[in-house]
Amino acid sequence: MKFRAKIVDVGCLNHFTRVVNTVSKLTKACVLRLTCDHLYFVLSGRVATGGVSMWCELLQVNFFDEFQLEGVSADANEIFLEVAPENLSRALKTAQNAKSVKIKLTKKSCPCLTLAAELPSLSSLSRVVTHDLPVDVIPRRLWYDFREPQMPEFDVSIYLPPLKTMKSVVDRMKNLSNYLVVEANLNGKMNLKIETDLVSVTTHFKELGNPPWGEDGSQSSSRTHREPELMAETRVDIRKLQQFLTGQQVNPSRAMCNIVDGRILHLIFLHEDVSLQYFIPAVV
Amino acid sequence: MDCVATGANVKVLAKAIHSLSRIGEELYLEPVDDGLALRSVNSSRSAFASFQLSPLFFQRYQAPTDQSFRCKMPIKSVQAVFKSLSSLERSVEKCRIQLNSEKSRLTITLHCKHGLLKTHNLSFQDCESLQAVFDKESCTNVLQAQPRLMVDTVLHFPPSLEEVNLSVSSDRVWLRNHVEDDADSSRAMMTELCLSSEEFDHFAISSQTSITFCLKELRGLLGFAESSCLPISMYFDEPGSPVILNVTDSVLEANFVLATLSEDSHSKNHVNSNTKRPDAEQPPDDFMSDDMDSFLIAMETSELPGPSHVPTSPLQPINNRKHSASDDEEEEALAERPPNKKFCSLFFGSVLPTPSLTNQTIQSQEVLASDSEDENQTETS
Repeated sequence: MKFRAKIVDVGCLNHFTRVVNTVSKLTKACVLRLTCDHLYFVLSGRVATGGVSMWCELLQVNFFDEFQLEGVSADANEIFLEVAPENLSRALKTAQNAKSVKIKLTKKSCPCLTLAAELPSLSSLSRVVTHDLPVDVIPRRLWYDFREPQMPEFDVSIYLPPLKTMKSVVDRMKNLSNYLVVEANLNGKMNLKIETDLVSVTTHFKELGNPPWGEDGSQSSSRTHREPELMAETRVDIRKLQQFLTGQQVNPSRAMCNIVDGRILHLIFLHEDVSLQYFIPAVV
Repeated sequence: MDCVATGANVKVLAKAIHSLSRIGEELYLEPVDDGLALRSVNSSRSAFASFQLSPLFFQRYQAPTDQSFRCKMPIKSVQAVFKSLSSLERSVEKCRIQLNSEKSRLTITLHCKHGLLKTHNLSFQDCESLQAVFDKESCTNVLQAQPRLMVDTVLHFPPSLEEVNLSVSSDRVWLRNHVEDDADSSRAMMTELCLSSEEFDHFAISSQTSITFCLKELRGLLGFAESSCLPISMYFDEPGSPVILNVTDSVLEANFVLATLSEDSHSKNHVNSNTKRPDAEQPPDDFMSDDMDSFLIAMETSELPGPSHVPTSPLQPINNRKHSASDDEEEEALAERPPNKKFCSLFFGSVLPTPSLTNQTIQSQEVLASDSEDENQTETS
């Protein structure tokens, strides 16, 4: 196994830092999957993490000026590492005005991702700061647990309203209830609802638009006969949704969500070279 | 006692109080003819800080008629007087510190704009002089840097980090986070920063060494040095003997004396967690060099070589340290304690101003007895 990558461009560094920050806000630990073309931050839903899953995909070439990888074997040219994104985020934070940042897989007292930043200094020699982030190398037999999640057979897919608006609505609703119902239909309408013994609050959004999924997408094919006005709804832990809206620093060009009635809320953020998917399971 | 500080010096005074508050719970105040001394020591007596403000620092300085007057008070109450630095800077024109011996109060009066007067009457306790035993001139290694360099350096370490390790060679300085070698912390992120000697104003290293000390107090002094734009000097020897941080100006001098980890516990940690970096012969930037295979070699090596600068037979800390004769008692106490002790509380003789030697010994014994209790408590907790 070998891995070595380098970022020189400050824009790329900032962008990468934002993605890592976003991931670090969502989870304490996740899997970093490295392939020749992509980096993935993966969280597979477990009971311990509240059942949420995350899939964040980055196109390597848009971030790194150099990227060398030799996976575990020729037929499986990949590396799976368990990392603490918070550490990575902290290491990148100290490298914000670096001339270059290198990330390397190293063997210290334990396997580490070593991040070295070349910083401007007062002298002719650069200042070098290195951070060794302990990681766990995930054996190949466990890779299956971290495969790309299937696109769920959703009932409704809809574009999200402006995220700031949505965030402020959710932030306020959180004060009233622990659970939030997200419902949407194929007519571009979406409602955020809370219901408690004392109060029911609904925020209505309209004319949001429904993404045109292709032949393989389930919106147009398998559910062709869905009534446009019929709402699909899912009830989720409001903290999970809030965490996602608060922590995101990706500022996606497209944000949408898929609802599987009564089962799952699937949020998708798309940016030029980043995609972030977040799955929040429904609670009864 | 009656002293008046004006203008920018009020802020300097406030900053000094703030950095002392990082050290201990109590502020020791000692007004003498050659200036006002503000001191503090932490509960385990492993860190001591002293600000010596010369009479010229003040617009008016008058030492108390009773030459032996010293007092201490909770630092929190003094800090409250100088709480908001920004409003202090904006509105306070003059600060007057007076001793009201009739009422046994220390009166701090802030003269603000528009004739506003803020008067604080602080109660105090009489105490003996607090003085650490240290001699920075005898230290073999000296570094001096602008506060900006130190601030930028410390920024790379997490705020939660308690101790930092500093290694020096003839032309470089390395800082890394110090991690106790129990199983839990082996998962901690290790950070290392390398600075070239050129970045320092003064760089005099006579022996390669590696010391570990608390970051909190350094941060405290940095806050002061940065606001007053004064360079920081570090004086140190081998592990186990204190590091002295010094900031000097024409009208003031600050000395922070911090215990360092002694060799035995220190070398253990070093072998486990750190690589062979401080060797001067090693290409220092090996990480930045572009060969991809270098890390593979390291991966295959199961045993990392120990750092060469650690002596082969670790000496007892007691033999390692240079102490003044009056500290004999303390050394005995040190020798008896369990080897996993962290910092040596080393440099204190708490001394009465009287020249009588017998008196002095008795005093230091008393203080030492309470010290070791303190330490044991912190350790069991």
